[in-house]
Amino acid sequence: MDYRIPVGDWIEAAVEFLLNTIQPFFDGVTLVVGWLVDQLESGMLGIPEWLFIAIIALLGLWRVGWRFTLFAVISMGLVIGMGLWAETVVTVALVIAASVVALAIGIPMGILAAKSDIALAIIRPVLDLMQTMPPFVYLIPAAMFFGLGKVPGTIATIIFAMPPAVRLTNLGIRQVGREMVEAGLAFGCTRGQLLAKVQIPVAMPSIMAGVNQVIMLALSMVVIASMIGAGGLGNVVLRGIQRLDIGLGFEGGLGVVIAAIILDRLTQTFGHHRKQAGVLERLKGAAQWFTRGSGETKDKPAQHK
Amino acid sequence: MTDKIVVENLYKIFGPTPKDALELIQQGLNKDEIFERTGNTIGVQDASFTIKEGEIFVVMGLSGSGKSTLLRMLNRLIEPTSGSVRIDGHDVTHMSTKELVALRRKDMAMVFQTFALLPHRSVLQNAAFGLEIAGNDKSESEDRALKALDLVGLKANANSFPDELSGGMQQRVGLARALAAEPSVMLMDEAFSALDPLIRTQMQDELLELQEHSERTVVFITHDLNEAMRVGDRIAMMEGGRILQVGTGREILREPANEYVEAFFRDVDITGIFIAGDIAEDATMTFAPDEAADKALKALQDREQPFGYVLAKDRFHGVVSQDSLKHALENNKGGLSDAYLNGRPPLKAQMTLREILEPVANAGYPLPVVGRRQRFYGVISRSTLLEALRKED
Ligand SMILES: Nc1ncnc2c1ncn2[C@@H]1O[C@H](COP(=O)(O)OP(=O)(O)OP(=O)(O)O)[C@@H](O)[C@H]1O
Ligand SMILES: [Mg+2]
Repeated sequence: MDYRIPVGDWIEAAVEFLLNTIQPFFDGVTLVVGWLVDQLESGMLGIPEWLFIAIIALLGLWRVGWRFTLFAVISMGLVIGMGLWAETVVTVALVIAASVVALAIGIPMGILAAKSDIALAIIRPVLDLMQTMPPFVYLIPAAMFFGLGKVPGTIATIIFAMPPAVRLTNLGIRQVGREMVEAGLAFGCTRGQLLAKVQIPVAMPSIMAGVNQVIMLALSMVVIASMIGAGGLGNVVLRGIQRLDIGLGFEGGLGVVIAAIILDRLTQTFGHHRKQAGVLERLKGAAQWFTRGSGETKDKPAQHK
Repeated sequence: MTDKIVVENLYKIFGPTPKDALELIQQGLNKDEIFERTGNTIGVQDASFTIKEGEIFVVMGLSGSGKSTLLRMLNRLIEPTSGSVRIDGHDVTHMSTKELVALRRKDMAMVFQTFALLPHRSVLQNAAFGLEIAGNDKSESEDRALKALDLVGLKANANSFPDELSGGMQQRVGLARALAAEPSVMLMDEAFSALDPLIRTQMQDELLELQEHSERTVVFITHDLNEAMRVGDRIAMMEGGRILQVGTGREILREPANEYVEAFFRDVDITGIFIAGDIAEDATMTFAPDEAADKALKALQDREQPFGYVLAKDRFHGVVSQDSLKHALENNKGGLSDAYLNGRPPLKAQMTLREILEPVANAGYPLPVVGRRQRFYGVISRSTLLEALRKED
């Protein structure tokens, strides 16, 4: 068969059309996203390294535990030692900027999908499409609409990372027990109150799992997006590949892994309904661990009664 | 007592074409036939009843009989297909969303089988939920919620979270959440079903006690007959979406509307339900207090009756026997009061059969039953009691 269905041509034409007709929209997006990324990046780079580490350490102590904190401090030291601090911060700034936007769009979309079956019927195939596309594919239109640099990188990341926020918000809200919704209504909730006081809070663990996944996906995409000039750790990896420099590539990869673990552990803890043990108790736990000198942790379930 | 909830010809049909199903119902088809022909499920069919203020009205029936559907139409969590529900004279079925929200906030609260507490809120915040939704300020809501928690004995747990409590305690929080809103109507959908038998009985007692001091109307759903008999002032018996009979437990037991109801009630433990007043029989021999002892003795001997009961009009005075009369006469005492047996006190008409088992079994004569101010109801002999306990098959 000689004839090819020219899907590629159509897409190109569509992109062309979009470029010509809604350019002002793209300019607006560029402005907003660019501003957000710049602010975050320069803000975070402005924080002295020791202060940055101290903030993460405090967060770690509060939310996770002292052993995680120890790991975080040591590994951030390693990042500094490898001379990759600035690259890592740039990457994290991009991740945060992209995640914030992805969540700001994705969570309301998830709520909409949960509230309306029609909305879900429209949104679901779009999400399927977004998630099955190889991530590289996003880079091309992003570069076409927004040029090269941080903004298209961030935008490709936003699109790539958004689906879990929509899916898990929708799922979480739809899974709120029937009697719980009835309880809300029976006590006189309006639709808005039902959403704000019953459905969203009860769905919170699921929504936060979505947030966590969005951040993780964003991190993986930001590395890929360095191909269109997003910068950061991805650049280091890319350089390693281009020069066949295994050491450099590995260092960049290690930086990504460290950032991933820290972001993951920190954001995971926000899914629980209640605050965990306070900082003081955690410090006490640490002290006990040292004095006992054993590997048992207090949050392991006891094996015996 | 005034009518609190009036339900008239209420229908709920689930499915694609409720109107068609309604028509088929008028033609006399039953639930299964209608489902086969149209794919519509009859939830509730032609329910009409009146619930009085302050009453505990129990709706009972097997699984799928339409109890929950009926209950949820009272506050319109489920939209009726046709018919009307009036609460304090206001037609719930025609209320706007705004009126409905106001009604639910002010007049109605609900307790759920699965408790349906909000996991992210403390016990106190859960109890205050209804008040908060209604727009009361926080400190006032929490004050009132705390009082409600106190009523159900959970004040000390106010700052716990639901997942830290046992099932019985969680259900108490559910109860407190409803009580805190101070509703005039409380809807309870199998509220105690998830509890173990001991806690369940405790909760029933608690409900009955709360109800003593209140004008609240309670609509209580259960599929447990003994629970229905225990807490219900009146019981509505449902089957296949229809209400078969409404009445007090004893009314239904005595005159079941049809075989289904009768079969359903066969297993009920009647010793806790029927009372002495229900089964007392007329005494064969009665005397006025001023009757002479020798005449009374003669009368007993003539009729071959060992015992006689002394009544002033309808007030009970005492029991005499042939032996006690002879003994009195031998001692030259001629009044009946000298011959009274001083055995057991008379039974109270309100005592349940369970409570009178022991005295009746051990008394040497049919025991008299009295009501307030010694009003005489009759007597219960061992054979009367056995007859009453024998289950009719
Ligand atoms: N949302 C619904 N859609 C379709 N059919 C329904 C729906 N809700 C209830 N039904 C049907 O209506 C009938 C009555 O159900 P309902 O839940 O009122 O029963 P129930 O007496 O409360 O039973 P249970 O004791 O199991 O709670 C059943 O046949 C049920 O299948
Ligand atoms: Mg039910």
